[in-house]
Amino acid sequence: MTETQSTTLDELDRRIIVATQSGLPLVPEPFAAIATQVGSTSEEVMRRFQRMLESGIIRRIGAVPNHYTLGFKGNGMTVWDIPDDKIGHYGKLIGNLDFVSHAYQRPRHQPEWNYNLFAMVHGKDRQEVEQKVEKIAQLLGDDNRGHEILYSSRILKKTGLRLVSDK
Amino acid sequence: MSRELDSIDRAILNRYQGDFPICERPYQAAAEIIGIPESELIRRLERMLEQKQLSRFGPMYHAERLGGGLSLCAMRIPEEQYDQVTEQINAFPEVAHNYARDHAFNMWFVLATETPERIGSVLDEIERHTGFRVYNMPKLQEFFIGLKFEV
Repeated sequence: MTETQSTTLDELDRRIIVATQSGLPLVPEPFAAIATQVGSTSEEVMRRFQRMLESGIIRRIGAVPNHYTLGFKGNGMTVWDIPDDKIGHYGKLIGNLDFVSHAYQRPRHQPEWNYNLFAMVHGKDRQEVEQKVEKIAQLLGDDNRGHEILYSSRILKKTGLRLVSDK
Repeated sequence: MSRELDSIDRAILNRYQGDFPICERPYQAAAEIIGIPESELIRRLERMLEQKQLSRFGPMYHAERLGGGLSLCAMRIPEEQYDQVTEQINAFPEVAHNYARDHAFNMWFVLATETPERIGSVLDEIERHTGFRVYNMPKLQEFFIGLKFEV
């Protein structure tokens, strides 16, 4: 399945997503609680969860840690200019490093923006982020045609990503 | 007063960044594996959420597969107009997150729209409103979305 392809969701799936996109109820029987909310049974809700997990609509179920409050005060968006024909190889390599949380290929906008690989690098502080970036640079060797670290200086807006609206 | 994670909190986080069971009593099943009572697991999760050590506990949905549009956009805004443009951009309900970054490309926001086709029209509207170019940088390929964060 490609990144942009959507999967058909029916009305019940959508209600389940709306009910759980900000989290699972913290009660002993969370699927029964969701069922009550969406007008179904816990068996059906669990079946839908299982199906969405298998089809990749749900990436995973569990804890989403907050890097910042857990002591990773240095978070840099690193951007790299590497040959397009090697991006698959290096993307996987960099994405698998334990200090990288997300790695994506994104389009260049030449001449102003030459970078095609983005990787979020986490460290205790900026110095540690820079050491880790140095490791990535070594990994890339001559295929690294330039890179930068963009630190966020301010959050200008942060609303929850509303995946499915409940209209 | 917020407190540091203890070894049980860490065991929970390292074990359950995924693979949380789907069954009638999932907290009980998970608690058994950690070796604590169900009520303690629920209490610890509540506390870590309250203290924002967790940003969420539950399903992580794959945004692009839900049928909507999603993109990262960047802009270069002169300092003297920065606050004004920030206000203009944040007024769009489709702008989910917006971060200032130390770079010539100093504004980075995520657009989330009901349909993939809406991304282009929202970008046009933002350019018209602000008078500055928007650099659209949608994901072309995803290599990894972390599930290995050790605490």
